[in-house]
Amino acid sequence: MKPKAFDYMRANSVDEAVAGLAKTGEGARILAGGQSMVPILNFRLADPELLIDISRIKELDYIKIDGNAVQIGAATRQAKVMAWPELADRIPLLAKALPHVGHFQTRSRGTICGSLAHADPSSEIPLCLAMLDGEVILKSASGERRLAAADFQTGMLSTAKRDDEMLVAARFPIAEAGTGYAFDEMAQRRGDFAIVAVAATVSASKIRLGVGGVADKPTIVEWGNIAGDELDDALNAFAWELGGYDDVHATARYRRELVRRLGRRVIEEART
Amino acid sequence: MSELSGTARHNISFTLNGETVSGSAEPRMLLTDFLNYELGLTGNHVGCEHGVCGACTLLIDDNPERGCLTFAVQVDGRDVKTVESLAGREGDLNDLQLAFRKHHALQCGYCTPGVLMSLTAYLEHTPEPNEEELRDMLSGHICRCTGYVGMVKAALDVVEQRKAKA
Ligand SMILES: Cc1cc2nc3c(=O)[nH]c(=O)nc-3n(C[C@@H](O)[C@H](O)[C@H](O)COP(=O)(O)OP(=O)(O)OC[C@H]3O[C@@H](n4cnc5c(N)ncnc54)[C@H](O)[C@@H]3O)c2cc1C
Ligand code: FES
Ligand code: FES
Repeated sequence: MKPKAFDYMRANSVDEAVAGLAKTGEGARILAGGQSMVPILNFRLADPELLIDISRIKELDYIKIDGNAVQIGAATRQAKVMAWPELADRIPLLAKALPHVGHFQTRSRGTICGSLAHADPSSEIPLCLAMLDGEVILKSASGERRLAAADFQTGMLSTAKRDDEMLVAARFPIAEAGTGYAFDEMAQRRGDFAIVAVAATVSASKIRLGVGGVADKPTIVEWGNIAGDELDDALNAFAWELGGYDDVHATARYRRELVRRLGRRVIEEART
Repeated sequence: MSELSGTARHNISFTLNGETVSGSAEPRMLLTDFLNYELGLTGNHVGCEHGVCGACTLLIDDNPERGCLTFAVQVDGRDVKTVESLAGREGDLNDLQLAFRKHHALQCGYCTPGVLMSLTAYLEHTPEPNEEELRDMLSGHICRCTGYVGMVKAALDVVEQRKAKA
């Protein structure tokens, strides 16, 4: 399994990268950590004309607090974010989710933004960004725009990013006092893609539950701070609404059961 | 900006196990293939070529990374270490390798080079892991014939030895 031939550009700046995208159009693809892109190339599921490597762009390798959000540059690796001492305080949901993203050996290369751009329906990072109402910053040779997570990911492996655009950063809103955050998932083995991933935020008046791995993108529901049977009924209705699909890993029915059980578990955890 | 044509070979040079090496590669050549077929190394192994099995794990600038998910042209100018870097010049095994031997942490040895390189980086990152943390880290490797019990024992043994020495 070897990739087809492609031209390779090592971009040293965002300007160079977006110039490459502008010139080559839909034949160009960004290479960040390569943890999804290179398997895709090795399997020949894609054959880009030009690969634009952004992994060494220094101006994109950062974590910074900007207003009410933590902004993470597109060359920033998952391992670096996990090791950021302020992570558990600033973005507790991401702190709880990141250990589930692949392995020690893939987080050392994989980026936060690469996972968002890849938009796998069962990925943890897009689920977290959607749950927190975060944003992405997209850039092209002709300008920059921001999109809410909910508008960015449009379906399975698809986003609202145009061919001439790249993600330059993701913005995760900073945790609010009085809100609890919890994350859990079921995977075949630790580090495998989730069959179902769930995230919850609970405040005095509101429960938010987000689910990945069932619909074609992270799906979020909001309830008042309900409990007991009322919560079970709401979880059951939500699980049916999501539908779910049968595949080699699990049946739709099992996925619904996971939504009910794991959903309940994370909501209780986020409450405390 | 450097743009390399997909159909030509390009000169690259990097540090491999402490020595400068060079050669040429098309952009699509994987680092694993460059090490094995251009440089003739035998230590780094290839299992799946899609990042899942961990056999090809090596260190790039001391980070544990999948050689099969890296193109050779990407390591131009960087520092690469494979399992060959662990033993001394006389072939004397390092503490991790000796512990693997002692605790029967390998049989066929196919997965072992990757596991050793992961552990090398991991014990720098987390010098005193517990068993659960080690098992979590080892989830990034697939061993089809030995299992992980011996690997965990060997790693915990090295942790103790290094603690005693410090
Ligand atoms: C063994 C293994 C297990 C894994 N397990 C999980 C898991 O449990 N959960 C999970 O979520 N992921 C998992 N992954 C994938 C994860 O590691 C990747 O990090 C992630 O999906 C992609 O990030 P990347 O930086 O490697 O991007 P790449 O692989 O370089 O790129 C992925 C895609 O996004 C595009 N892209 C990347 N960056 C940008 C950008 N800045 N702008 C525009 N487009 C961009 C690329 O063109 C490509 O289409 C796993 C991978 C492996 C190898
Ligand atoms: S050969 Fe690289 S992970 Fe399997
Ligand atoms: S020792 Fe044989 S596969 Fe691990």
